[in-house]
Amino acid sequence: MPSPGSVPLHLLPPGAAAKVVGMEAGGPKRRRLLDLGFVPGAVVEVVRRSPFGDPTAYAIKGSVIALRREDAAGILVRGDV
Amino acid sequence: MASDGLFRTGPRAASGSHPVVALAGNPNTGKSTVFNALTGLAQHTGNWPGKTVRTAWGTARHRGRLYTLVDLPGTYSLLAGSAEEEVASDFLCHGRPDATVVVADATALERNLNLVLQVLEVTGKVVVLLNLIDEARRKGYDIDVGVLAEGLGVPVVPAVARDGRGLPELMDTVAALCDGSLVTHPRPVVYPPDVEESLRRLEARLAGRLPRGAPLRWLAVRALCGDARVLRLLAGPAPPPGSPAPAGPAPPPGSPLPSPGFSPVVRPRPAVSRTSPETKRSAGP
Ligand SMILES: Nc1nc2c(ncn2[C@@H]2O[C@H](COP(=O)(O)OP(=O)(O)O)[C@@H](O)[C@H]2O)c(=O)[nH]1
Ligand SMILES: [Mg+2]
Repeated sequence: MPSPGSVPLHLLPPGAAAKVVGMEAGGPKRRRLLDLGFVPGAVVEVVRRSPFGDPTAYAIKGSVIALRREDAAGILVRGDV
Repeated sequence: MASDGLFRTGPRAASGSHPVVALAGNPNTGKSTVFNALTGLAQHTGNWPGKTVRTAWGTARHRGRLYTLVDLPGTYSLLAGSAEEEVASDFLCHGRPDATVVVADATALERNLNLVLQVLEVTGKVVVLLNLIDEARRKGYDIDVGVLAEGLGVPVVPAVARDGRGLPELMDTVAALCDGSLVTHPRPVVYPPDVEESLRRLEARLAGRLPRGAPLRWLAVRALCGDARVLRLLAGPAPPPGSPAPAGPAPPPGSPLPSPGFSPVVRPRPAVSRTSPETKRSAGP
């Protein structure tokens, strides 16, 4: 479901905010990301990236959630919050 | 099943005939604060057998009655397959608690309702403890508890657990759920028609393979999510047509072991495995 102008979440720099618009992950990983709050329409903010570049902490629906790069890459976001 | 060992040495064994109350919730919602306030020093901790998941259980006294409380691991989901989620889900499915408290963070209600709705698919004997009401007020949130309870179909008790506020009301509600004087009517999650049709078919197939009272709809949902253990059960041999459900009536409350779970590939006769926990455990996953 890639929509025009969407980018995978792992490309956002710390401090950026965006809206979840879709999900490329499938199966249990998809379910897990949805349960963590990465549902379409949710606003996600990049809080900080670990010194080694992975994982990255994201603020979403009132919690801070750390995701590995490969998981964040399955989430599509668009910059206009 | 992961929870068998705990049942023999843990809450069920310790509880005697006391009702067993599970505490579930997202991480950091005040679950342990509630647990500590209600159990005081009468508590034990340990690793969940076979898992690196720590858990605690203890005894609470309310209006002269004793309750065994089990502090389940904090999770955002019962479905996604981490060790914590498996422990929480197994306990709710097979431990058959007499009541379940879902502690929810009033400042992040939307996030917390995900787990509430999942728990309601497993068991209806639920009370939602809407905690951190003080923080929510500070943020300007004014939650209509009555509307929330109406929408969910289960009682909702507002609380500030750190100050003990709301906990007597919580235990009154728990007591009423345990003694059957309060019956809930949880609103089921309704899925799109094609999913509902698949669930209906899966439930029918599961019904013949599980003890009466098993949370069929929830297990069907898990099958659709690809849960390996439920799929194994569905792939196993079906009972001959017209044969009775495998385990007869559900075990009485306070029975020493949980219902045998859904791994008849490992142990096809639930009635047998209930009397032979040793072999069951050694054969378990
Ligand atoms: N303001 C406020 N803080 C609370 C309340 N209940 C718990 N806390 C605090 O929230 C934090 C997390 O609580 P804890 O019981 O460890 O949460 P758990 O992870 O769900 O077990 C602790 O610092 C508690 O003191 C409450 O009602 N109001
Ligand atoms: Mg805790």
